[in-house]
Amino acid sequence: MPAAFPRGATTALHPIHSILIAFPVALFPGALAADVTYLNSSEIQWSNFAAWLIAGALVFTGLSLAWTLVRIAMRRAGGRWLAAMLAGLFVFGLVNAFQHSHDGWSSVGTTGLALSLISTVLALAAGWIAYTMPGKVRP
Amino acid sequence: MTMLRHTMLALAAPLALTACGKAPDLDQTGARPQLPEQKETLLPPMKIARPAGWNGAAPSVPQGFTITPIATGLKVPRQMLVLPNGDVLVSEGLGGSAPKLRPKDVIAGYIKSLGKSGTKGGDRVTLLRDRDGDGKYELQTEFIGGLNAPYGLALINGDLYVANQDALLRFSYRDGATRIDGPGEVVTKLPANPNHHWTKSLTASADGTRLYVGIGSNSNIGERGMALEEERAVVWEIDGESGAHRTYASGIRNPTALAINPATQALWAVVNERDELGADLVPDYMTSVKPGAFYGWPYSYYGNHVDPRVHPQKPEMVRKAIAPDYALGSHVAALGLTFLTGGGFGGNYADGAFVGEHGSWNRRQLAGYKVVWIPFTNGRPSGKPRDFVTGFIGPDGKARGRPVGVTYDPVRRALLVADDLSNTVWRITPAR
Repeated sequence: MPAAFPRGATTALHPIHSILIAFPVALFPGALAADVTYLNSSEIQWSNFAAWLIAGALVFTGLSLAWTLVRIAMRRAGGRWLAAMLAGLFVFGLVNAFQHSHDGWSSVGTTGLALSLISTVLALAAGWIAYTMPGKVRP
Repeated sequence: MTMLRHTMLALAAPLALTACGKAPDLDQTGARPQLPEQKETLLPPMKIARPAGWNGAAPSVPQGFTITPIATGLKVPRQMLVLPNGDVLVSEGLGGSAPKLRPKDVIAGYIKSLGKSGTKGGDRVTLLRDRDGDGKYELQTEFIGGLNAPYGLALINGDLYVANQDALLRFSYRDGATRIDGPGEVVTKLPANPNHHWTKSLTASADGTRLYVGIGSNSNIGERGMALEEERAVVWEIDGESGAHRTYASGIRNPTALAINPATQALWAVVNERDELGADLVPDYMTSVKPGAFYGWPYSYYGNHVDPRVHPQKPEMVRKAIAPDYALGSHVAALGLTFLTGGGFGGNYADGAFVGEHGSWNRRQLAGYKVVWIPFTNGRPSGKPRDFVTGFIGPDGKARGRPVGVTYDPVRRALLVADDLSNTVWRITPAR
């Protein structure tokens, strides 16, 4: 990345696209934190929080992925890595949402914690790719 | 990568079970039900029978019996009571106010609603009267209005008790009355916050001095937090005079119907057990309710079968837990229980109990949706359940009705079945 934002450069992502991607980046780690707290406290409300965070993250992951795919299709622009990362995130997030629909301890357990950890890594990776994507420099 | 592979395996295992989950036929009724391994699949096995009308058809009964509808157009009929003069009371209601705490509650609530009639609960008790004893109940009238999801009914010495979802009420009953006005007297409040399981079943002891109220759990297995489970999954014994209560039995997840066994005068219950451990767990049951007994919920089922979803676990409670007397089958959703008295229908149906099975969602192959007969000898079940009223699921797989309360009318030798899907009361009598 260049140190300074060059004159005439545009951002790679539309601002709304960036905002959409910001949700999974924030919400999946939030779910992970809630899961860890639940496993440490057995206080079920933390698992409920995690379930909502995952559900919200999934919605915005889906929207982010859709936007990315449209962007690729329309401009034949880059973003395939971003699309792949968001698609993987959506799959793991969906499985995790189902996992969190179990009752009591089974809503998290080892599987839920692992899924939240993987989702968090994928979300941060997707964010990294998205926010470091080079924009076009207009002459 | 190891972590990832481990997770993929952990995920693949339950999916595989869902895909090829044709379990061998298990024997899940009677004193010693087969209890398979727990299967917590990623999504629970589900099937909802969508409602369809009877269109003049009726449930099937064994040869030698006839069935007729004696009341239609009710508003979610639940339990019934036969009065000394032969009048029939029907409680009508639909309670519960548990908040939706997570996305699952929203989705599961929608899915379960697909199998219901959509009728708003009547919050009333309806009286049915057959003036001339011809089996046609020509009078159908509101007996008590303004109730709050009434369910259990009992009559002791001229006092009518109605178990609302939040209180036990007493009304003074005059023989032959067709209406009772006034709000009734609160005998005692009942645990009602937030009423995940709201039905308050009710019966009176044989000598009429005590009332028993079944109070269901506030969750499947405690997933709303155990703070909400104080005085839930219990049967209360209540002194009718003072309203004082004691916890008669506990760990009894959802005791949806109570009845006194006429041979032993002991309290019996049908109880709905927990979901989401697989299509063949956990069998609902019928049991004598032993004073002071703990039946395991939520820590374990059928004695010492530990539920891994409950955390922290309590091994000392699991050690205390006793197994119920008689399994009815997994996910049959038993909601009605009545014993035959005075020789019953005679023949094969002289001594025993009928159980109404509403049917549930947590299974690909529907279970329940029928009324079964369980023979008794000397006050104990002495055989397997046999289908008695069937045909609630039509050939198209849609539900015509769903049985709830069952009540034997000893005066007129009839079995009454409340059907809360078609909002009908069915009456089964030996054919003349």
